[in-house]
Amino acid sequence: MRRIIAVLLENEAGALSRVVGLFAQRNYNIESLTVAPTEDQTLSRLTITTRGDARTVEQITKQLHKLVEVVKVMDLCEGAHIERELMLVKVKACDATRQEVKRTADIFRGQIVDVTEDKYTVQLVGPSEKLDAFIKALGNMTILEVVRSGVSGVGRGDRVLSV
Amino acid sequence: MAEMLSGGDMLIRALQDEGVEYIFGYPGGAALHIYDAIFRQQKVEHILVRHEQAATHMADGFARATGRTGVVLVTSGPGATNAITGIATAYMDSIPMVIISGQVESDLIGTDAFQETDMVGVSRPVVKHSFMVKKTADIPAVIKKAFHIASTGRPGPVVVDVPKNTTDPTVFAEYVYPTSVKMRSYNPAQRGNGRQIRKAVDALLNAQRPVIYAGGGVIQANASEILRKLVRSLRCPVTNTLMALGAYPATDELCLGMLGMHGTYEANMVMHETDLILAVGARFDDRVTNNPKKFAQDAQIIHIDVDPASISKIIDVDIPIVGNAKLVLEDMSRAIDSALLELSEEVRASQVERMNKWWLQINQWRGEHGLNHALQADAAKSILPQLAIQTLYKVTNGEAYVTSDVGQHQMFAAQYYHFDEPRRWINSGGLGTMGFGLPAAMGVQMAFPEKHVACVTGEGSFMMNMQELSTCLQYGLPIKIINLNNQALGMIKQWQDMQYGGRHSQSSYSDSLPDFKTLVEAFGHVGFKVTSAQDLEPTMQRAFSPEFKNKLVFVDVWVDPNEHVYPMAIKGGSMRDMILSRSTSAEES
Repeated sequence: MRRIIAVLLENEAGALSRVVGLFAQRNYNIESLTVAPTEDQTLSRLTITTRGDARTVEQITKQLHKLVEVVKVMDLCEGAHIERELMLVKVKACDATRQEVKRTADIFRGQIVDVTEDKYTVQLVGPSEKLDAFIKALGNMTILEVVRSGVSGVGRGDRVLSV
Repeated sequence: MAEMLSGGDMLIRALQDEGVEYIFGYPGGAALHIYDAIFRQQKVEHILVRHEQAATHMADGFARATGRTGVVLVTSGPGATNAITGIATAYMDSIPMVIISGQVESDLIGTDAFQETDMVGVSRPVVKHSFMVKKTADIPAVIKKAFHIASTGRPGPVVVDVPKNTTDPTVFAEYVYPTSVKMRSYNPAQRGNGRQIRKAVDALLNAQRPVIYAGGGVIQANASEILRKLVRSLRCPVTNTLMALGAYPATDELCLGMLGMHGTYEANMVMHETDLILAVGARFDDRVTNNPKKFAQDAQIIHIDVDPASISKIIDVDIPIVGNAKLVLEDMSRAIDSALLELSEEVRASQVERMNKWWLQINQWRGEHGLNHALQADAAKSILPQLAIQTLYKVTNGEAYVTSDVGQHQMFAAQYYHFDEPRRWINSGGLGTMGFGLPAAMGVQMAFPEKHVACVTGEGSFMMNMQELSTCLQYGLPIKIINLNNQALGMIKQWQDMQYGGRHSQSSYSDSLPDFKTLVEAFGHVGFKVTSAQDLEPTMQRAFSPEFKNKLVFVDVWVDPNEHVYPMAIKGGSMRDMILSRSTSAEES
């Protein structure tokens, strides 16, 4: 079961290593991790995507809570939520494929953010599934580089994670 | 105006203000400014060990016996890494401890400087929390927080890493020791949820075959008194974990003894057959539950724990109660008292009847396969290790503080020394650290100079920290060491007998053991060697007599090298599945 866990963490040296260390130490899996300070510079916000059965996910949230520097934890998948991931894809784009890349990017509402004679870099934002689908749609076109930010997530409506 | 102090002086002053009596430690380059500050004051006494691991175990023993936070001071690099085993030991058993480690100067961090180790990184998986001091002025607040975190909620070790420049004697900062701590991200649980408590009381009063499974948390929370009251009002059987011996008095008729891998037959049978478990401050450790899939199939489970992560970690719990064990049990006991008053005569009578029936069954189990606590000395046979513990119990009137190492002797001590009070039994339960016993006993003796402190050990464990005999002489610690000498790593040998066809791979060193009597005498102590059962009691009597009131006495008891610990859980089975003796052990035939 895939889960997205949001964490508010004291923005202090070493705090992130405790979170990452916890996952390694207890054999939990991290599929992606994003982290940056919030509007309050004393806090960082993490979004972690992980997989595990219900008991494991419950343990993950409890163990995260136990870390002294963790202020709040929310399993976003327990309710309605929005997830977004940003991807930059550098694709070979010459002759026939040049139009094809452009068209595919348009369909996915991607933007071409860098252009050379034979390459496009496409920027795409959306849920991870959409990004996967775009890569699939590029099919036999030559992908030179894929950079994904990992998932950022937020609860819908009144679900707010703040201090 | 606030006082101006150097970082080293601040650190020691903060410890004074925290009420610290003893620091257990060992000096080194990065800690020398701190050591100079120790030299220039009288309030905090430093105990100089011979190896940093022993400093952590001493502080640990002190903490377990007193309930106060143990304090350790080591230097950077090897000083810090040597402390890790002791920190991990304290972490696994939730013992409050503050470890101050010297660190190389801030500018040198990350340069592979002499005696540099990333202590915060190395210790991270085995601490409750850690700090690195950034600047001198931060020291009082960091120390205050360290003690607060170590001693509240589920206690544990906290590391404070102190770069040498922050303790520079020529750099001064304002010293004000904070009176309180406020951390938005750390708010340990206190009272339990009232509705959950009512549900639990209801379940307890309606159970047919209830049992209380008491863990180390009962001792940590100083909840023994209230546990006793609650147990007696229900006449409910109680089993203590290895960490909780003494939480409920062993000699009380409602006590089933220890449960688990080497628990009593009756305790494990009760755990298997029960329909309601009230777990208090226990964590369903694998050495308790055996196969979790076969654990107490018919039981509803109530679990009181200050750490929510311990609840439903291994076994799904029906009624979780997060809170301090003492506060929750107090609320629960009040609720039980008033519920009992409200019961009609008839309902009350049927409840008493149910418990009578349950006790009839329990006493039958006890009669069939309970431990024999009336072993007789037989001069014609080799000394049974169980007899040695029984004798120790008799000679000390059951009142000694007993520390142990890890192995067969530890299990024999847990089975045969009946602890009636909490904080008297001190052992490394979670991590299972050999070498723990002697330094832990030293910490206990520092805390209680007038009490009998016995260290039950084996020659294997003892040799892991025996350098501390020198520390014992320096501080005049009259510990009595009972060495159950079976000339081998007994528990390893037992497993090899039972699971590896008797192939004793690397578990014996019988031809190269030291003469312990001579060894301890060389360290300035008193040694006895006992090889005959009839000498056991007189020698122990003498060891604990006023003659050696101020002396460390080492009693080297040569026990039967072939004895096994029973009962023993059958791997993969339920709690009911136990091997009870050699003759019932199929693997050994």
